[in-house]
Amino acid sequence: MSGAVLSVRDLEVRFTFRDGGVFSPGARTLAAVSGISFDLGAGEALGIVGETGCGKSTLARAILGLVEPSGGQVLWLGENLVGMDSGALRRKREELQIIFQDPLAALDPRMTVRDIIAEPLRAFYPKMPSPEVDDRVRGMMRTVGLLPDQINRYPHEFSGGQCQRIGIARALVLNPRLVICDEPVSALDVSIQAQIIGLLKDLQRELNLSLLFIAHDLAVVRHISDRVMVMYLGRAMEIAGRGNLYRRPLHPYTSALIKAVPVPDPKLARQVRDTGLTGDMPSVLNPPAGCVFHDRCPYRVGRCEAEAPVLRRLENGDQVACHRAEELDLTIGKPSHLS
Amino acid sequence: MPLLQLKDLNVRFDTPEGEVRAVTNMSFTIDAGESLAIVGESGSGKTQTMLAVMGLLADNGRASGEALFKGRDLLRMSAPELNRHRGSEIAMIFQDSMTSLNPYLRVEKQMTEVLAQHRGLGRAEARAHAVEMLAAVRIPDPERRIRQYPHEYSGGMRQRVMVAMALLCRPDLLIADEPTTALDVTVQAQISQLMRELRAASNTAIVLITHDLGVVAGLCERVMVLYAGEVVECGGVDDIYDRPRHPYTRGLLESVPRLDQPEETSLRAIPGDPPNLLALPGGCRFRQRCPHASDACTETPPLRAGGGGHRWRCFLEDGA
Repeated sequence: MSGAVLSVRDLEVRFTFRDGGVFSPGARTLAAVSGISFDLGAGEALGIVGETGCGKSTLARAILGLVEPSGGQVLWLGENLVGMDSGALRRKREELQIIFQDPLAALDPRMTVRDIIAEPLRAFYPKMPSPEVDDRVRGMMRTVGLLPDQINRYPHEFSGGQCQRIGIARALVLNPRLVICDEPVSALDVSIQAQIIGLLKDLQRELNLSLLFIAHDLAVVRHISDRVMVMYLGRAMEIAGRGNLYRRPLHPYTSALIKAVPVPDPKLARQVRDTGLTGDMPSVLNPPAGCVFHDRCPYRVGRCEAEAPVLRRLENGDQVACHRAEELDLTIGKPSHLS
Repeated sequence: MPLLQLKDLNVRFDTPEGEVRAVTNMSFTIDAGESLAIVGESGSGKTQTMLAVMGLLADNGRASGEALFKGRDLLRMSAPELNRHRGSEIAMIFQDSMTSLNPYLRVEKQMTEVLAQHRGLGRAEARAHAVEMLAAVRIPDPERRIRQYPHEYSGGMRQRVMVAMALLCRPDLLIADEPTTALDVTVQAQISQLMRELRAASNTAIVLITHDLGVVAGLCERVMVLYAGEVVECGGVDDIYDRPRHPYTRGLLESVPRLDQPEETSLRAIPGDPPNLLALPGGCRFRQRCPHASDACTETPPLRAGGGGHRWRCFLEDGA
């Protein structure tokens, strides 16, 4: 994509560990992220969904250099962050920020809101005069819906939703161009979750932020993303525009995920919706040969066991890693009482 | 006689900051074979209500009122007496299966212990029954699996073991506290389906405690909505979802992102935060966040009744 601010190419993250104790001879390798490639445009929101252990959080950390990639490239405005020395990488963090899942755990309980939000400013602009720091902090508090006169309070004096607003303010105070949100609302109650989703959407539009929005909740991701990437066992199964992905998914795993989401409508929920999935998710340590999804896929054929499908681009620009994408029609059925 | 009847249950906690009123004047009944959802957000009192019923409140907690199980008050039972009911007639499933199972004991030991204790079964008989129950919750290869330790199971399988253990003594009442919350969505769908099937196959009454309105819709006949320790609305599941009367219930339903609505549908958040349980406001506890609040709401709102057991606590006659 031309105009991409972030281009990830064949990114790999492998963890090596010794199985069976420190004295065992053989080291084993766990491929947490395997061959992930995607582009993110300016002002675009890409959702990343997948279940526990699919590698979505590791991917986020690898993009920021918080874990070291084993291979591939992370191109930020054309410059490769992989292998960059730590000082240079640190300077890039002015433009690349992250918001974490647990708002209270991410904030230092001994620091006031002022100090928490000002911390990035002090790190990057140590010479900035205090009144200016204060102005920026108060302005940021207003932007995220906090009262500036609460600037001297401590995190425990705020609710979970307000703490997440503090986390957002801290992430935005340097005017970053990319914000990675790692499950930013999953620890929040539903009425508060809607507030934070709304806030993130508004800020993204107003500040023309690029957003990587990582979550396990497909309904939340749909609200905020322009495009969505679905991950399974460290690999991308599908990357598609949100309209297509939720109406007519290309990958059987995407379809199963969508069908598994409980719908808050008793009439729909009483109809059994079979996800088609069999078995449990295999261990990342021992992924199946061929397509990593084949042993659970209701549509598998002989080829799926032998040959791993590569992520390929279809005519409309959507991408899928499935041999049978063209012949399968995985349109999400209209609930029968609506049709 | 109802299976379980709560009358004016109050739960308070003494804390260094003062008294926390976790549950206020809770009353409801559940009949044999019924399924009731208790829905609410953090701090709404949904878990503390059922912990009080089970006699599992933390040391600084106090319960008052009545919790009649088959006519006998659980709140006034001695510990040995309570133990005869817990685990056999009343079973509980918790959210986190890893902390509820003993990591040092094989699944077999944990399951047969329950049967030996409550039903006096011998080892071989208990084992056969446990294997049967593991098969019923679709643990593959249960003869081999029962010899394993909890950490050798996946998260979804551990939760299925929890369900199997809870059902071992064919309880009359199953209390499930967020049984699917910690699970991935595809596993969650499996467990929900499993609970539906088990419910259809037995006469076990279920109390499902959850914040997830999606899970409730497929599993329960009746719903009770809690806010800041109080019931604000209760009724049949269709009434609650199609005709919510209390502004909080309506707000909650509108703030859930859902896949069965057009993607442009915007979420309607409820502004503000729930009140502090240390200093609850008088009158309607939702009034500070309510779009319909008026001066009247500083008084205690009346309990209104629609058809089919639908009730809500609000000054507005037909709710929002």
